[in-house]
Amino acid sequence: MKLLVGTEAMFFLSLIMAFIYLSVIAGYVPAEQNALNITSTGIFSIFLVASSGTFMLAERGYKKSNIKSMKVWLIVTIVLAIIFLFGQGKEYVHLIHAEQITISSSLFGTSFFTLTGFHGLHVFIGIILLSILLIMAFLGDFKKPGSNLLSTAGIYWHFVDIVWIVVFTVVYVLPKFNLIK
Amino acid sequence: MSEKNIIPEPQQSLPNTNVSNDQGLLQWISSVDHKQIGIMYLLMALLFFIVGGAFALLMRVQLAVPNNHFLSPETYNQLFTMHGTTMIFFVLMPAIFGFSVYFTPLMIGANEMAFPRLNAFSLWMTFFGGLILYFSFAAGGAPDAGWFNYAPLNEHNYSSSKGIDYYCLGLLLSGIGSLTTAINLIVTVLHYRIKGMRLNKLPLFVWMVFVNAFLIVAALPALNAALSMLILDRQFDAHFFTAAGGSALLWQHLFWLFGHPEVYIVVLPAFGIYSEVFPVFSGKPIFGYNIVAASSVAIALLAFGVWMHHMFAVGSGLVVNSFFSASSMLIGIPTGIKIFNWLATMYGGKIRFTVSMLFAIAFLIEFTIGGLTGIAFSIVPIDWQLTDTYYVVAHLHYVFIGGSVFGMMCGLFYWFPKMTGRMLNEKLGKWFFWLFVIGFNATFFVQHILGILGMARRVYTYPDYKWYGLLNFISTVGAMLMGVAGLLLVYIIFKGLRKGKKAPADPWDGFTLEWTTSSPPGLKNFDTITEVTGRRPLWDLKHPDMRDKM
Repeated sequence: MKLLVGTEAMFFLSLIMAFIYLSVIAGYVPAEQNALNITSTGIFSIFLVASSGTFMLAERGYKKSNIKSMKVWLIVTIVLAIIFLFGQGKEYVHLIHAEQITISSSLFGTSFFTLTGFHGLHVFIGIILLSILLIMAFLGDFKKPGSNLLSTAGIYWHFVDIVWIVVFTVVYVLPKFNLIK
Repeated sequence: MSEKNIIPEPQQSLPNTNVSNDQGLLQWISSVDHKQIGIMYLLMALLFFIVGGAFALLMRVQLAVPNNHFLSPETYNQLFTMHGTTMIFFVLMPAIFGFSVYFTPLMIGANEMAFPRLNAFSLWMTFFGGLILYFSFAAGGAPDAGWFNYAPLNEHNYSSSKGIDYYCLGLLLSGIGSLTTAINLIVTVLHYRIKGMRLNKLPLFVWMVFVNAFLIVAALPALNAALSMLILDRQFDAHFFTAAGGSALLWQHLFWLFGHPEVYIVVLPAFGIYSEVFPVFSGKPIFGYNIVAASSVAIALLAFGVWMHHMFAVGSGLVVNSFFSASSMLIGIPTGIKIFNWLATMYGGKIRFTVSMLFAIAFLIEFTIGGLTGIAFSIVPIDWQLTDTYYVVAHLHYVFIGGSVFGMMCGLFYWFPKMTGRMLNEKLGKWFFWLFVIGFNATFFVQHILGILGMARRVYTYPDYKWYGLLNFISTVGAMLMGVAGLLLVYIIFKGLRKGKKAPADPWDGFTLEWTTSSPPGLKNFDTITEVTGRRPLWDLKHPDMRDKM
């Protein structure tokens, strides 16, 4: 899983490099960046980051053989992730309908939707992964200690969070300070 | 084939079915056995090798005489694109994976790969990736922008058929397959080694596969990202590489960030095969194991710092060009070190000139030629003069064929007895060797001269300038020789399978663990295994008084 995460990291590195590269060449309209609502996305980001914490609580529950606490925290993690995806969906709808920014409208649209879209896809895959764990927990697969399934899924889930922190910084925060033109 | 007595899964894992010993095709399709998967990879490579080779022959027929109209320009574009794409992604990659997944577990004393089902998944992803790429012929036209598929030629306005969409999908699928195989190999090497085989005692083939797997894990995502962007461009009118706003250069950066490591990805396992074959047929241990192993790591690291040398002509400025020129020359050093190590391994040894060894020796010569023309390219002004000419075509074929394909042939003739339990005909094999090597040199050596004379690559025909006609005709005749050699190879393989002499467990007096089990190995590779104390466990077993000292 660490290797998988390594290769995924290279994938996102390529996408992020493309985003930065496209944002410094001619034809890029910086004004479109202002259409992003950094406050609301920032709040939704907190949900995603919090889900990493709740996942750690689920892991702790499992280590203490407290299956009930593990199930509860897994559910909380999934809910938090769904809230984040909901926020992303809301932002997409706003951009497409209110601001007329789509993947084909401009350079910014192209790289923005691709980068955040691929991240959203990874969150979605993570939700599926967590749901499988949850179902397994309800079926009683985690009664014995010593399984590394949870910690393995954890590597992936924390990775998805960390990527978002980087993406959020590059796409939302840095342009505010004109660090990227 | 000869591995008939293999059942795909232990009986208890399939409670309600009766597994007979031989289920024919179904047994192969459903197999998760690393040996069957390895053989299927190799068969897949052979299949695509025939197809890709046929494309090459068609191109050479077209180029045999000046102003020829045997093929239309459109067809010619599709052919050279499909030839390059097929040979790299669906011949060399499956071939190296075939040898890797077959022999990595055997050489480290394991009974399976770490993730057998993932292994099967990888194979079928790669195979169906190939089928999707070829489906483009039925869907209105194959991709036609070259194997590296430069923007903006790969965009809708310039390539309106569906070919490039299939290119993206096919390569994405096979790219995922390659990644999962690489992860599988790394975990296998890390966790499934027999007791006593520390990492510094790995057979060099396994070591290079191991290093190579890290290269794949790091390089392939850049291609996958680029392909995803291209598909968004083509299907959803995004603007990554379009003239309207995007950047065509971005494609080149991403592609070569993958593409140059890719060149090493297909040659490093071949280096590993040579590193097994030279010692065995010279009757000596490898000269400078540590240096060979370390220089592989150096190649892998440097591979990520040279991609811009494919792009000297895009106008990046003096500083950038100088940096990448220097790094490209630097990468010649670890490769050169290896060449000297192999030479020193042969020095003073009792050399047996088997077909496998002949290919290894020929590799030393041909690859050095390819390496020297490569060094020439890292000098920026020479690159400016020669880029996009036949000199490039000659160079890349000398390294791909002289390095990778010779390595695959070397491995095939070396390991065929182990894989099938039958020997290949050495006499026919030598015929094949000489036909192939002479044909290869006749085809590509003259292309150096054509390139210096200024003949542009990727153009479907050429005017009747002085020497052009003659040199191209020689090249075409050489290609025909290679074609005949290819057919002979297929004949040798099938004859070997049906009528070959039965192979003993250790036909070559080998050094490594794969020769301790029967030929072919049963479903379970090993029941018991010799103790590993040195780098040549089988040698130690055969010569207890002359054990390697570590």
